[in-house]
Order: sequence, then structure tokens, then C-alpha cells
Amino acid sequence: MRFTVERRLNQPRWLVVAVPIGSVVVGLAVSAVVLLATGHDPLSSYRQLFDAAFLSTGSLNQTLIAATPLAFTGLATAAAFRMRIFNIGAEGQLYMGAITGAAAGLYLGGRGGPSAFVIAAMVFMGCIGGAAWAAIPGVFRAFFGASEILTSLMLNYVAAQILTYLIFESQSYWRQTKGFNATVFPTGKPLPSSAIWLGPTVHVQGGITLPLGAGFAVLAAVVLWVLYRRMRFGFEVQVLGDSLGAARYAGVRVRRKVLAVMLISGGIAGLGGVSQDGDFRHALDGDPNGLQKQAYGYTGIVVAALARYNPFAVVVIAFLIGGLANAGNTLQGADFPSGLVGVIEGIILFCALGGELLVRHRVRFVPRTRTPAVAAPEAAP
Amino acid sequence: MNNSLLVVLIASGVAYGTPLLFGALGELLAERSGVLNLGVEGMMLVGAVMGFWTVQRVHAGSAVALIAAVAVAALAGAATALVHAFLVITLRASQIVSGLAVTIFAGAAGLSSYLGNDLNLADVPASHTFHAFFPARMQNWPIVGPIVFGQTPLVYASWICVVAVVYYLARTRPGLNLRAVGEAPGAADAMGINVVAYRYVHTLIGGALAGVAGATFTLAITPQWVSGITGGAGWIAIALVIFAFWRPELCLVGAYFFGALQALAPELQARNISLGPTELWTNSIPYAATVIVLVIVSSRGGRRRLGAPAALGVPYVREE
Repeated sequence: MRFTVERRLNQPRWLVVAVPIGSVVVGLAVSAVVLLATGHDPLSSYRQLFDAAFLSTGSLNQTLIAATPLAFTGLATAAAFRMRIFNIGAEGQLYMGAITGAAAGLYLGGRGGPSAFVIAAMVFMGCIGGAAWAAIPGVFRAFFGASEILTSLMLNYVAAQILTYLIFESQSYWRQTKGFNATVFPTGKPLPSSAIWLGPTVHVQGGITLPLGAGFAVLAAVVLWVLYRRMRFGFEVQVLGDSLGAARYAGVRVRRKVLAVMLISGGIAGLGGVSQDGDFRHALDGDPNGLQKQAYGYTGIVVAALARYNPFAVVVIAFLIGGLANAGNTLQGADFPSGLVGVIEGIILFCALGGELLVRHRVRFVPRTRTPAVAAPEAAP
Repeated sequence: MNNSLLVVLIASGVAYGTPLLFGALGELLAERSGVLNLGVEGMMLVGAVMGFWTVQRVHAGSAVALIAAVAVAALAGAATALVHAFLVITLRASQIVSGLAVTIFAGAAGLSSYLGNDLNLADVPASHTFHAFFPARMQNWPIVGPIVFGQTPLVYASWICVVAVVYYLARTRPGLNLRAVGEAPGAADAMGINVVAYRYVHTLIGGALAGVAGATFTLAITPQWVSGITGGAGWIAIALVIFAFWRPELCLVGAYFFGALQALAPELQARNISLGPTELWTNSIPYAATVIVLVIVSSRGGRRRLGAPAALGVPYVREE
């Protein structure tokens, strides 16, 4: 048997759903082999994971906390990748949104404005911060032709340094300078109460707080869908992603569109950053072992790729991957194999990437034509 | 004289720069063949943990154990790179997503951490480590003592690698073919060069060198295993390839420059010298400088002179 790979003319719908599901199944199966090979019981490990992610008391609360930022970074990635603009700087753009958003919260909240106004201002400033940071690789790409992949990646580290600097190496506006604790360990200045995002509570598992950020993420998904599927802008950008030449010929202003996509992507990531301040951390978290350890930006790329860059699928996948991440955090230490979550995530992503070939191409098996000269039929398998 | 700031900085720049140099040389070979591998950090960590494991388990003389450890680290790095190679070369997957997937799979929250825990490697000192190769008398010679003679054998091995890669790219037939594959795979294929084989081989060599880079951490710089011990060196190695305009000899200079920057902040603090927010700028310069270099390289005149391999990041599909 020999096989050839040929491009599909149209992609069947069921495959688009089957490939991600198959990837998860294969990912779990391969990880089970890793677990078995190292002398762990895969079934009990998976049961522990599932319990800690969705079933045990308070687990859904934690899963939402882990999933909300992933929804933002996933949407930010999807917004750009769909258009073949590879912004992998969601990580840094999230930090920048957290910084500018916290500044707005500290300043306006400190002056005693109404909470709704303060929160709106934080959301706005968070988007601006993320978008501004994304504008740097955007401008370099649009006007100098520098690969946005590498520039946005490099800027993540610069943003991380700035974040650490603001809390650890300076007496900045964001840093808590008063009180005993401030002299022991540097922390961010706590946000005033009007700048804290209070979400509604649902009475399941002894009370779950729905983060306001999760609501904003769903809203952002809807806006993205409308923008890309129902508006002229989305169509033009899609043409641009598919064929630069065709877009130019049709009169699309390429530079503006590239920059606009980067700004949208960065703005969403920045919103994820300010949601960290307002929803969860209630201060700017500059600790290298805090926000920066979570690598939300990079995991967001996993989320977006698994969702095949569909905004609604991103929200769903973010919830699932958030559950996995939360379970990994909760179970860390104890008798649970550490690092397993990364292994599972990685293998699922490998499968999804490989499965992409099946969506785009058809694999056809061609029986080898047997010439009469080769007379050894019993040797065939 | 050997305690002057400049000498100390250059000497530690060479030491800290060595893993960057190994990683960058490997990434350079992969990129010259047209494969962008963002999984360097993950491959380094797998090399680091497997190298450390070998040195703990092999009961032999120091030299044998260390050589075996470096070999195992290289194999482990290459094995990790094989996943990336298969996905992007054979299955034509997105190189960016695949590379990041390798880092997530193998990185600080993935396989390397899993192995480190499972093989009980944390919190134990290495049973053998690389030491300075030359006798103490030579290390005390002014200036060249600490910089040239105070280094571990891995440093001298990295110099041999640089010379080998320079010679390979510039003076050998396979090196020329490799450059052709990275610049114009279609033309290379038409010439009868096996594009797929070239890309596989060089991605794997890149992984092996990244594995050695990881072992440099666990066997020489900080001889122990801690999850995430490379601390982002893989990303600096990727930056370094660009910073060095895809040239091995410039990788050497860049690696020692970036290495010295890492040593600068603690060194200045120890000497009570204040140069503003030192950590901020010493840690940011490698990345910021790389962004600037990228912009220059991408501008019209620069691309032809210094440019990246033209087919970098583009899967090769033969028209059939």
C-alpha cells in the first residue's frame, strides 16, 4: 500500500468538529501511555483531574478564574491568526493592559467615582494599553515588513520586565509603599473598592462568583464574530489573509488593515489583563512567580488553535483548558504527577495540528501495482 | 586586574553565554533550512533534565559520566525536535503553533518537570560536574586567565562547534545545499537536493544542540535540577539568531554580549554601583535589540544584504 496526500476542494463540516474531539481523545490516550510507562495509574489520575476541575466544591469557581484570561488571550490570538497575522504577543499585551487598567482603577477609584464609571474607565484603559503594545509590532510589520511573529514574541519579555520593575524595582504609582507588609515583600497597591469588579453569584457548589471578565469575554466573542463575519471590514481582512495580491488589486488598504487587526487583537488581550486586576488580583501583580508564571498568552494560542480560530469555540475550549490548568494547580504536589497537565496540553495540540492535515487534505491509499516480475505474494504482510 | 569589572563581566559572559551559543547554533541550522523552531526552550529543558539524570545514574569515572550525559542530553533534545519536524515538514502544520506546542509539552509545566519529579532529581547536587579544564596556575594569568583558561570543556566544545558550522555553511557541498533549501526549496528540489531530508536532519541537529545547551545549565552553570532551570534562555537563543543576522560567528559575539548582560546586574550590585534600574535594562536589552535588528533586516536594503533565509517558516509542498 502506498498513500498520497491531495488537497481537498471543500472541507467537510463533520471533520471540523471531529478533529478537535479526536485530538483530545488521542491526547488523553497517549498521556495515559506516558503515565503507565512511569508507573502511575492513568484512570485514577484522570479521575483526580476531572474532580478537581469541575466536580469538587469550589472547583468551578477556580476553573472560571483560570478560564477567563484564557478566553481573552484565545480570542486575541484567534482575531489575528484567522487573518494570517501571527500575533504571539498576547502575553505582553495582557501585562500592558493590566498596568494601564490598574492605573485607571487606582486613580479614578481613589477619587471616589461611581463604581460603574470606574470599571468602564478601567476596561477602556486596559484595551488601550494592550492595543498600544500591539501597535509596536503592528507598525513594524505594516511599514517595515518586519515579521510580527518574532517582534511580538520579543516584546513579551520586555513587557514582563516592565511589569516586574513597576512593583519590585521602583517606587512607582502601582506599588504599595505604606504599611508593614510593604517593607517585607513588594506588592501592588490594592485597588479601591469601587474599582473591584463584583460579578453576580450563582448558587451551585456552595456559591460561584461569575467574574465580570467572563461576561466581557463572551461579549468580545460576539463582537469579533459580527465584525469578521458580517461586516465589510472582516471580509476585506479575510481576503488580505488569503491573498495579498488580490487584496491590493481590490483596493484594500493593506497597511491600515494589518495595523487594525493588531490593535483589535492587542485590545482584547489588554482587556484580559485589566480583568486580572479587577476580577481576581485586586492590585497590579508584578511578581515574577504570580501573573507571569501563568503564561496565559501562550496557553491562549493553544486554545485558539484547538478552536480553529472560531470565536465561540474559543470560549468553550478556554473553559475546558481552564479546567485542566486549574486541576493541575490544585493537585500540584501531593501524589499527583506534576507536569502532567503540560504534557496532556502539548499532545492534544500536536494531534490537533496533525489533524489539520486531514481537514485540508485527503489521504488516499493507492494499492501498489504489482508487476509480474515480482513474484513473491506470500511476502506481503 | 583579574577582579576588574570588565574582566569579570567578560569571563562570566562567556560562561553564561555558552548555553545561548549552543541553542542559537542549533536554531541557526534549523532556520537556515527553512524551519523556524520556537520550541528551543522546551528542548533545552528536556536536555537539561535527561543530562542531569544520566550523570546521577551512570556509575563511572567523571569524564565518562559527563560525556554520556551530554550525549543523552543531545539525544533527548533531538527526540523532542523530531515531533516538531514531523508536524511541520511531513504534515505541513503551522511552524509557530507547533514550536509553541513543543515548549508547552516539554517545558517548565510539562514533560521536563514530569521527568524531574518522577526520577527524583530535585534538590540533589550533581554527582559529577564540569570544572575548569586548565590548571589553576594558568587561570591566574592576567586577563586571559579567567576569560580563556578559566572555562569548562563545554565552552571549548562550543568554540569547535562555531568553527565547524562556519566551515560547513561556507565551504562544504552539503552546507551550500542547506542554504539553497532555506532560500529556494523549489529550485533546490529541481537540482536534485532532498529538501525533506535536509530539513529533518538540520531540525534534529538543532534539537541536539539545544539539548546540550540545557545540559550546560545542569552540569556546569548551576549543577542541579530545578524545574524551569533555563529561565527563558531558549527564547534568548531564538533572539540571538536574528541578532547575529543568521551567522554563526556573530552568534558567538552576541551570545557573550547577552551573557555578560545577565551577569551585569548582580555584579554592579556587589560593587555598589548604581546605573538606574539595572535589572530592567539588562534583561530587556537582548529582546529590544533583537526587535530593532529585525526591523533593520526587514527593510528593503537590509533584506538582501543580511536577510533571513527566504523560505523561513514556509512549508515546502512539491507541485504534483
